[in-house]
Amino acid sequence: MGELESIYQIWLREVRRTVRHKSRIITAVITPLIWILIFGVGLGSSINMGITGGYQAFIYPGIIAQSILFVTISGGIGLLIDKQYGILKELMVAPLSRPSIIFGKALGISTSAIIQSGILLLLSFIVNVPMNIITFILSICLCMLISMGLSSLGLLMASLMESTEGFNLIMTFVVMPMFLLSGALFPVTGLPDWLNFIVYLDPLTYGVDGLRGILLGSSTLPLHLNLIVLTLFMIVTISLSAIAFTKKEENLV
Amino acid sequence: MSNYIIETKEITKYYDDFRAVNGVNLKVPKNSAYGILGPNGAGKSTLISMLCTIFSPTKGTAIVNGYDIVKESHNVRKSVGIVFQNRALDDVLTGREHLEMHAALYGVKKDVRQDRIDDILELIDLGDKIDEKVKNYSGGMKRKLEIGRGLIHHPKVLFLDEPTLGLDVPTRENIWSYIKNLRNNIDITILLTTHYLEEADSLCDEIAIIDHGEIVKTGSPSNLKDGLKIDTIILKSLKNNQLKDILQNQSFVNELNYDGSEIRLSVDKGAKLIPEIVHIAEINDITIESMELKQPSLEEVFIKYTGYKIDR
Repeated sequence: MGELESIYQIWLREVRRTVRHKSRIITAVITPLIWILIFGVGLGSSINMGITGGYQAFIYPGIIAQSILFVTISGGIGLLIDKQYGILKELMVAPLSRPSIIFGKALGISTSAIIQSGILLLLSFIVNVPMNIITFILSICLCMLISMGLSSLGLLMASLMESTEGFNLIMTFVVMPMFLLSGALFPVTGLPDWLNFIVYLDPLTYGVDGLRGILLGSSTLPLHLNLIVLTLFMIVTISLSAIAFTKKEENLV
Repeated sequence: MSNYIIETKEITKYYDDFRAVNGVNLKVPKNSAYGILGPNGAGKSTLISMLCTIFSPTKGTAIVNGYDIVKESHNVRKSVGIVFQNRALDDVLTGREHLEMHAALYGVKKDVRQDRIDDILELIDLGDKIDEKVKNYSGGMKRKLEIGRGLIHHPKVLFLDEPTLGLDVPTRENIWSYIKNLRNNIDITILLTTHYLEEADSLCDEIAIIDHGEIVKTGSPSNLKDGLKIDTIILKSLKNNQLKDILQNQSFVNELNYDGSEIRLSVDKGAKLIPEIVHIAEINDITIESMELKQPSLEEVFIKYTGYKIDR
């Protein structure tokens, strides 16, 4: 009971922070729209991949996944900002378990990501993707799974880092490759073998494929396979981040 | 139950080869205000961090409120409130939200949470500001909020790590009177670290002087000062030379200096000697024009035990 209340409190703080930083929500929604409208129209009008619904519709699920990726990883790194402001110390000396802190933060960050994906899903008419209540709910559930896994990955990396100095390294070596390899911008069928291999190492690939399946009705892998991989990814990252956070606690205060 | 709320047993913390705290044995009486006085880097914060279970000791342990800090850290955490040296507030949350979150994290039941918050608000006196975001608070208000927050779960011990560091003098005095007021209103032990001597003198019943990770002296501020035996009495009379010669032969005078206008006596307990000196002067028919007693400050105590000034 006590731990649940604590997780709720940590979640609540995270959500309050998101809601109060209005500029963050605006950027989080506008950036994907710029991708869809400028990159999508620009590249879409010069190539013909023979994709139903056009290139814009094709990248729409990928861009939703991308926006989740950016928000959750930077949210996870936010753990180091909590450290900087001393909030983490306040949490660390409270009578609650280390995994509860991680779980509460992951839930909070994921909630922000879900709010933002929800807005993007409601804007599906821009790219002429039909939306009904069932595809909306299914998409949200899938986004939740992706968000929990990725925010835990962010928290895991933050637990292993000393300060926010390494943030750029993570953007370059983790976030950008994950985004580009996920098939968000191009179909992952018919790639050279070496690239194909790396693509399927990227957990985001399964998120993008799953969303594409739900929203556009065309996916490379069956939905249940995507769900299994994403669930495993989430379990592994949550466990690892809880372990790393507990082990590294003295570094974090 | 022991009369001591905190007892450390050879508590030691190494950072690699550096001994931050080295075999410290402290006994803090229940409901006292105990000060740990030392220069920056003496090991004060490390000691407090171990007592509130942030760091685990390399060797030794401590008992806080009857619980072992190593084996029963969860219970220790429930028993203590902490105000860190550096701010630990979220700028975009309001003061009230901080209090609510803290109360919930420490298991204060929902139905009493509001009452607890109201009690604290009365104590910390932040007025309407409590519903504003913390980024609009002044340094003193933030500190008060943090102290209030540390009290909301009714801890047995409140740790204050350099509570007035970086605050201006009026704010510092304000926080002092707030802490004193606190002690008059609730049963709580306060353990504070400081490198301000006035702070230790004004707030603490007992003091431990810490230097290079070791306790060099403990005692109440007045005992420590008495122990120095360096009260100075400064005298002036119309017959200075005659008075000087008489006093020179008194056993209570440790040292006498005369510069032609003032006689300076170095004695053990100046306050008790003043009537005697007046009496000696009277029977010798000498009128004393002025007499001044100078007691040693905590600063001098500190210099004696560590060999240097604290604010070096």
